[in-house]
This record gives sequence, structure tokens and C-alpha cells, in this order.
Amino acid sequence: MTSLISARSLTKTYGDFVAVDQINFEVLKGESFGLLGPNGAGKSTIMRMIGATLQRSSGELAVLGKDPEKFGPQIRAHLGVVPQQDNLDSELTVRENLYIYGRYFGLSKKFLTPKIQELLEFAQLEEKRDVKVEALSGGMKRRLTIARALVSEPEILMLDEPTTGLDPQARHILWDRLFRLKELGVTLLLTTHFMDEAEQLCQRLIVMDKGKIMAEDSPAELIRKYVTKEVLELRFGSDKNSQFVDQLRQKCDRIEQLPDRILLYTNDGETLLTEIVGSGLHPITSLVRRSSLEDVFLRLTGRSLIE
Amino acid sequence: MIAKGAVAIAEGRIGKPLEKYYAGRTRAPLQRSFIAFKSSAWLVVLSGFVEPVLYLFSFGFGVGALIGGITAADGSTISYAAYIAPGLLATSAMNGAIYDSTWNVFWKINESKLYQGMLATSLGPLDVALGEIAWALLRGLMYAIGFMIVVTPLGLIENWWGLLAIPAAVLIAFGFASFGMAATSYMKSFQQMNYINMFMLPMFLFSGSFFPLTVYPEIVQWFIKILPLWHGISLIRGLTLGQIDSSILGHVLYFIVMIALGLWFTTKRLNALFLR
Amino acid sequence: MKVKEAQREVSRFGALYIVEARFRNMFKWRSAIITTAILNPVLYLLSVGVGIGSLVDAKQGAGGVDGVQYLTFLAPALLASAAIQGAIDEVTFPTLQGFKWAKNFFAMNSTPITGNQIALGVYIAALGRTFLTVVIYWLILLIAGALPTGTAWLAMFVAMLAGGAFGSIMLYLTSKVEKEDFFLTAIGRLIIMPLFLFSGTFYPLSSMPLILQPIGWISPLWHATELGRYLTYGHSISGLMIGVHFIFLTSLLALGLKLAFRNFTKRLSK
Repeated sequence: MTSLISARSLTKTYGDFVAVDQINFEVLKGESFGLLGPNGAGKSTIMRMIGATLQRSSGELAVLGKDPEKFGPQIRAHLGVVPQQDNLDSELTVRENLYIYGRYFGLSKKFLTPKIQELLEFAQLEEKRDVKVEALSGGMKRRLTIARALVSEPEILMLDEPTTGLDPQARHILWDRLFRLKELGVTLLLTTHFMDEAEQLCQRLIVMDKGKIMAEDSPAELIRKYVTKEVLELRFGSDKNSQFVDQLRQKCDRIEQLPDRILLYTNDGETLLTEIVGSGLHPITSLVRRSSLEDVFLRLTGRSLIE
Repeated sequence: MIAKGAVAIAEGRIGKPLEKYYAGRTRAPLQRSFIAFKSSAWLVVLSGFVEPVLYLFSFGFGVGALIGGITAADGSTISYAAYIAPGLLATSAMNGAIYDSTWNVFWKINESKLYQGMLATSLGPLDVALGEIAWALLRGLMYAIGFMIVVTPLGLIENWWGLLAIPAAVLIAFGFASFGMAATSYMKSFQQMNYINMFMLPMFLFSGSFFPLTVYPEIVQWFIKILPLWHGISLIRGLTLGQIDSSILGHVLYFIVMIALGLWFTTKRLNALFLR
Repeated sequence: MKVKEAQREVSRFGALYIVEARFRNMFKWRSAIITTAILNPVLYLLSVGVGIGSLVDAKQGAGGVDGVQYLTFLAPALLASAAIQGAIDEVTFPTLQGFKWAKNFFAMNSTPITGNQIALGVYIAALGRTFLTVVIYWLILLIAGALPTGTAWLAMFVAMLAGGAFGSIMLYLTSKVEKEDFFLTAIGRLIIMPLFLFSGTFYPLSSMPLILQPIGWISPLWHATELGRYLTYGHSISGLMIGVHFIFLTSLLALGLKLAFRNFTKRLSK
């Protein structure tokens, strides 16, 4: 498979602060590739360097074989960009937003008229075509931003935190739309700090923290490599959690103590719980769940993904 | 999906001058301004036309009654309204251009993030800058035409030279707009934006829109004559009063230099302005 | 109980807490506020006062305008319009901020503080800053020799009354704004500007065509200017008209506040 984006020792510094620290990765044609990490990990900075709206400090970056700093407009012609915050044109209607965005690419009215119709259908916004953007709900705005990014038929769609701030229903609609794009062969590059989103949408992802790559693989493989099958979550009450940690350590190899709860990594949560209760410990609440990317992140950085 | 259209268009620019900054599509952001104007911004645009007309009526006729006429350089007497009308035209050209290139640009960078969206496409920053300046000039042109339609029947324009006041107003607007954007690239907050007003108000009050500079000591006069608004007012006043001499060329030259410097400065600051 | 006591305090002094918050905010911009307060009158005196003044005085001779030099004629009008502008600025921005931009009024309202108290607090704070502006303006006019009589100091309070009247109406109007895009520009250019230009500010209202004079009648600026001229140089005016001007300004102030209170409460509970 051909590599669409490749970064070698890519670095971005702001004064003394290193936002992106010598990272390497490749995005292949047709895959959906994710950057997972907490706020401030450097995800958006990478996105902007790829989109040729931010200069890198050092290292190499090639997008479709070209250097973004030399061929900004040409590279952006291949990209559909969905920024973290919607920057739709609030003075225009839904249809006008799509039209004028196409005009920024230099596309003709003849090309755009059928294209806009197709995108309105795709984004389920046909009934809102002549409505001003301000009047749309958060989910609709997000779908319009994605539709707008597709107006130039980009080879790569870049989504920065596509579902942050949306309610669960709106998120699922959006995931469905993105999944369809993936099926159509569009390469997706997305950042997220939601592990469920990364698990749903990404074939391959890199886990980032403080500008560095902590791990790179498919979601299932990352979970298999770094954590156990299940997690047992126990709460003894905020002041008491630490009292019990030492006792629990004897029963389980890997324990993480969070401010509000204790996580025990095991392949069989129910059995472990029975054993703990049997030994006379009585947590206020207990929960057995499957491991997720959140646990991978905790394992790799010792910190929680969402703070 | 294969991105033939957009990519082919962008590839076509390779090797052209300024290819990194300019995609040759000033028209696209201009078209955006026009669509926005049609649907919502027309009220602001209209109110911008009303302002100088109100000043003209209030000062020209009200204060004019208290003052009588103004003695021109050649010894003839002209009505106060005819004296201030060109000053008001030049000032409104300046104000419109400054508003469009500073507050408006600042808003679109920091609040509505409109430029972020534009620059995620294959447009270059220079397309955006020129598109905004072109729109400011079109508005300036509309204001100037509107103002002339009001003042000409009032007998405030002496002869056919007065028609040239319209392109002159656009020239003045161009000068201020090209500098305004470069200035905005240094601004970080709305409070800093007020520095622009602190520069504009005194220039408006002292540049001779309402009275001849001769009321001030010579040294103050020299200082005012360095400022662009005085050149703008003198240029338009010369045209509408039919006092055509070589000084007109001097004022025009002043603005041509100002535009050239402003555009050079703005281009230099493009990255700081848009790619932050 | 401590909480109970605090609640009683709020119901009595809630507006003052808002005033405190506003003053703290203004204090951050103190140098800008004081600079504008000084620069504005100086610039106007040196341009309109000296420039236009010299032209008018040359033409009018000893008789002057309304019997005095142009600058003396102009002074009370400039003072009142500075008060109006100051009050408008300080009520519109915090109100737009509170309802639209930062939505901090809603946060204030989730404490025991009521909508009325927020409105009143913003208003009092605005008048506080306006008073500073007016005092500085007045002193500069005094230095410029534009305030010849012993009663001229009362013109400061007349100016405040004008600022208060306009400010309360603006407080109400701003609290109704849903789409702020064009509000400020439209208000500025279509209401404030015409009132500034056609309220007998720069020449006697009576010298305007009769058809335009009603603009002055509804303008707080004209009423305050008439009173101010009476106080600063003894502009001739009947006792009845003094009453009319005074009642007009106070009733406008009261009406604006009443409407603002109602609308603040309504919007905060929406």
C-alpha cells in the first residue's frame, strides 16, 4: 500500500516548549488512522502541520510525496479539513457555506451544483439547505463541517476531535457517516481523546502524550499488548481507597490507584471480586468491565486520558 | 472519490509567481463577502453611507450658518458646506477602509475563525488579504458614489473635475486598507485594537475637515501635513472645488507610495496575520 | 446560621456586589480609562473648540453665539454628550458580555442575586465610571475658561442625569439583543450619532428647520444641554422649561430602569 503521509523526526517547538517531539509515523492509502491522546498531547499541532497551515521546527514531513511548506495550496487541494471547533461561515446559509467553500478551491458552479445536492443528502441536511448556520444544532453543524470538507472530493479527510461536545445520539449519526466514507475508500486521519471513538473508527492509531508517541498499533492489538482482558473497578470511599491498596496488591499483579477508585487488571474479574470479598474487604461499589484504550493509556503514561 | 477538480486547479499554479501565498483566486473571498452582504450585512453598509451625510447636514448647514463662508486660497469665498463636504468624503473613505481592514479582520481571525476555514482550502493568504481589500474598496466606491449623489444637487461640486472625487476616495481607502491589515497583524486583544482608534480620532479632528489648518501654529500644521488624511482631504477638496494644480499630483503620489508600502508590509506579515 | 445571614445580606446589597465586580474589571483597564477621559476633552477642545470656534467667533463678533464665545456655548453640550457616551459604553459591553458572549449574568443569577440587582449593579457601576469621565471633562473645560459662572459645577450633575437617562434606556435595549452583530453599529450610527449632531449641540436648536427640531425634543442631550447652558453661562430659559427638562430626564431614567429590570429578570429565567 502506498503511504500518503509520512513523518520523520517531526518536531514543533514554541520557544522552550516542545509540542511535538521527534515523531515518526506513516498513514497508508485507504486506512483510517487515529491520533489518541489527552488535550495538549500535540495532536492538533500535527494536523496543522500536515494541512500546511503551520511550519514545522525540524524533521521531515511529506504529504502525497510533497513537502507542505513548499506546496501548501497543492497539498490542501487533496485534503478535507474538519477543525476541532466548527468555523462555518455564520453569515451564510447551509447551501451557501458549501458553495463558497467549493469556490475557495476554484471549483466551478457546474461542478458544485450536483455536488452540493449530494453532500446535503449525505449530511442529512436537505431540509436545512436555506437555513442560516447559526440556527443549526451542534450535531448538524458538525455534519455540515464534514460535508464542507468533502466538497473538493479530497483523498484524505482530516478530523480534529470530530465528536467532542456532541450528545450520544449525534455522535452515533456522525460515526455512521464517517464509516460510510471509509467504505468509499477515503483515507481518514482523526484525532480524539475518546477511546470508544478510536476503537470504533480507527484501524490503526498512535497513542500520544506530551508530544511523544507512546505506542502504535490497532486498537485490539494495543489492548492485548498492554493490558489484561478485564478490569475490576473498586470504590471504598474517597478517603479510604489508599488504606486497602496494599492488601489488594497481594491479590493482583497490576493495580492502578486513581483519586476516586482502584483499578485491578485481571483476566477474570468476577473470580477476583469473589476472592476479595471472601477475604473480608467490602467495597462500596464494584464493577467488572472489558479493558479499553483508556487502560492502555493509563498503563503507558500513568495518567488518565480525560482529566 | 478522486479529487481531480480541486487538485488539477491547484497544480496549475505551480511555477507561477508567489505560488506559496497566492492561488490567483481573489474573486472567491470577494464573492463570499458579496453573498454575506446580500443576506445580512447590508444594514451596516447602508448606515456607513448615512454617517457623512448626517455630518454634512449638521455641520455644513447648522454650523455653516454661524460661520458664513470660508475664504479659499485664491481669495474667493466658498460656502462652509462646500468646504467640509470633501473632508467628510475623505474621512468616510478612511473610516470604512480602516474598519474593514482592522476590526473586521480581527474579528474573522479571532472570533469567527473564518480565515482558518478559508486557509484550509487551496487558497493562499494573499488571496484572502486581497479579497478583503478588494471588498473594502468596492464598499468605498459605493459610499463615494452615494455621497456624490447627495452633494452634487446641493451645488457643492464646482465642476466636472469633481467626478474624480470618486476614484480619489477609492485611492484613499486603498491606502488605509493596505496598512490597516498589516497593523492588525500585531494586535492580540480587543483592548489593543483600541490603539487604532486612539490614532484615528485625532487625525480625524485635526486634519482640516472642518476648518483650515491655518488656525494652528506652523509647526503643528507641518505635523498634520505628514499624516495621510490631510493629503486625502486636500486631494478631494482640490477636485470638488475645481482648484486643480500640481499639488493634486503630490497627494496622489503620496497615496500610491502608501499603497505600495502597505501592500509590501501586509504581504510580509501574512503568516503572522493568518497562520497563527 | 452563616448561610442564612449571607442570604439576607445579598437580598439587601446584591447590586453592590455586582458593582464591585464591575469596578474590579474596570480597574484592570484604569490607565486606558483615564487616558481616554483626559484625551477626549483635550482633543475636542483643540479641534472643534479652537478650530471651529475661531471661525465662528470671527464671524459673530462681540455678540457671540447665544451671547457668549463659541467654546462657552459648546462646553455644556460636550460635557453632556461625554456623559452619555460613557454611560452607553459601560452598559452595552457588560450586558452583551453577560447575556451573550461570556453569559456570566446567568452564573451571577445562579447565586441568590436577582435579575434586578444585576441590572442595577451594572447601571450603578457604569454611572460611577461616567462620573469620573465627567469630573475630568469638567475640570478641563474649567481650565480652558469655558465655564464662567459660579453655578457651573452643577452642570456636572445635569450631565450625569443625561448619561443616566440614556444609559438606562440602553441597558434595556441591550438586554433585548439576541443578535449583536449589527446592534452596536446600528445604534451608534442611526441613533447616537444623529442625536449628537441634531440636539442643538453645535448651534442653537432653534436655528434648525422646524421639521428637524423634534429630534432635539426627544433627545436627552438637548434637555441636558439647555439646563447646562443655563447653569454655565446663564442661557435664558423659563422656569417652566427648567422643570420640563428636569422631569423629562428623570422620567426617562426611571422608565429605562423599570423596563431593564423587567427584561433582565425575564431573560435570566428563560
